[in-house]
Amino acid sequence: MCGIAGIIHRDGVADTGSEITRMLQSMKHRGPDSTGFALFGPPGQSIVIRFKLADANDRRDFEFAERLERHRLEVEARLGKIGATVDRVQGETEYAYRATVNYDGDLKALADYLEDVPGCEVLSIGHSLEIVKDLGDAESVAAQYNLGSFRGTHAIGHVRMATESDVDISGAHPYWAYPFSDVAVVHNGQLTNYFQWRRRLERSGHRFASECDSEIIAVYLAEKMSEGNSLETAMKASLDELDGVFTYVVVTENALGVAKDEMAAKPLVLYETPELVVLASEEVAIRAVLDREIDTYDPYERQVHVWTL
Amino acid sequence: MAVGESKISYDARGLAEPHAAVPRISEIDGERASFDAAKLTTREINLELRWLLYELGVTDVTVFNPGAKHSLAVGILTRCRINLEGSLGYFGCGLIDGPEVHIKGRVGWSVCENMMSGVVVIEKNAGSLTGAALRGGDLVVKGSVGARTGVDQKGGTIIVGGNGGMNVAFMMQRGRQIYCGDVGPGLGDSMYSGSIYVAGKVTSLGIDCVEEEFGPADQEMIDRKFGIYGLDKPDTFRKFGCGRQLWNYDQLEPNERKLVL
Repeated sequence: MCGIAGIIHRDGVADTGSEITRMLQSMKHRGPDSTGFALFGPPGQSIVIRFKLADANDRRDFEFAERLERHRLEVEARLGKIGATVDRVQGETEYAYRATVNYDGDLKALADYLEDVPGCEVLSIGHSLEIVKDLGDAESVAAQYNLGSFRGTHAIGHVRMATESDVDISGAHPYWAYPFSDVAVVHNGQLTNYFQWRRRLERSGHRFASECDSEIIAVYLAEKMSEGNSLETAMKASLDELDGVFTYVVVTENALGVAKDEMAAKPLVLYETPELVVLASEEVAIRAVLDREIDTYDPYERQVHVWTL
Repeated sequence: MAVGESKISYDARGLAEPHAAVPRISEIDGERASFDAAKLTTREINLELRWLLYELGVTDVTVFNPGAKHSLAVGILTRCRINLEGSLGYFGCGLIDGPEVHIKGRVGWSVCENMMSGVVVIEKNAGSLTGAALRGGDLVVKGSVGARTGVDQKGGTIIVGGNGGMNVAFMMQRGRQIYCGDVGPGLGDSMYSGSIYVAGKVTSLGIDCVEEEFGPADQEMIDRKFGIYGLDKPDTFRKFGCGRQLWNYDQLEPNERKLVL
């Protein structure tokens, strides 16, 4: 089933961390397995890297903590070697980390070099994008990663009921569009031409961290955009090129977009004003942010909407 | 079982609420009652409604702040009037038989699923699968509706003031659907019978849906229904029905035909 949510404040910075947490918590019944957030803070000169070195449900064996520490030091050393000046690497939980670095080289090289460390998976890289995902409901993940105080312009989130792949952090949404900076996607539905697209994108050098079909959408869109297409053009192309049922929400550094498949098979409720756009699988999630009677509507089939900051 | 009793003992996702009790917070004035649902859970709201309608014999209930919660006012099987002063989530007013419901806000997917009789008037938009498997009664949506509205409809009338999505009247079997605005692709796909009236643009017809002659009886029915609900009536209605090309009721499979002969 899964639940998706998105919010964009077009008139400036707001408490997106607590807002998206409340939205996702109200849709807990749509997906109790894992919860994920893609948040955009104010853009800076440095790059934020979110990565994990183990999974939440990995077996805690004898030297688990030692191994994590060894791998963390290795990641830090590699960040130094590749020419990045490490600003901060901080442990958020025992296995997930956030680093801020100054680096202007190739992001793919950076991501590949870090992921060469055993157990390392880069969850997001961007000037303002930060992806946080873990097992459990929205409130417990937000508390674990201290998202309550996060301020930003736009954010998306996802509560997952696992159907197509494992219950772990790699299988949780949102997906970062490896190796493209500041692009993330959440998706409700199933893609039926997943393997075609996965092989196609793998041939052009992309890596996939999970077996989850939704990961395709992020990389697909980012590749289209890197070919010079606008976000909206890329999303419109996806309506014909991705097969299956989907409602997905995509975020970039300065935009939030939503697309619905040709069967209109997955729900989405939209609240739209010039300053604020809030959307979610259910209206209760929008009410978690706007606690009053509001005018909302469902987009129709094959509709693509993009809002920019 | 009395109102509020439950046989549920396990509730992993927090939706069944086995220990919910009737809140008894309504302000009751003779046959009229009202209560504020803002702080109540789904089951508490439904229990309060049942307590008022079935045990106290109240016939006119107003619910404030329904807050877009799912599955409200479902399975009400008595003649009464229910005013919902706000929006509903999914599966609102499902399986009802008799009530006259007025919803001041918007509704999510699958409102009035399998409604048997009564009247439901919705002031704003409705989601997909509105009036799915409707059996009888009138369902009036003053805004627009989503995809697959009136799928598998078996009776009754659906009136939509705005537009319809794709595949509305999909597999429709009987009854009427009236759209004042445009409808999406695949109108009346695989319908068995029934009538669809569209005043706006039809994006495309579904398989075996054909345009029929719009006669005086159709006009009379539309005039009457729009008169009852006080709706603005366009004068560009076209009528669509089943082409009966997919009807194979009297045809046997080749091996069955051998057996009969």
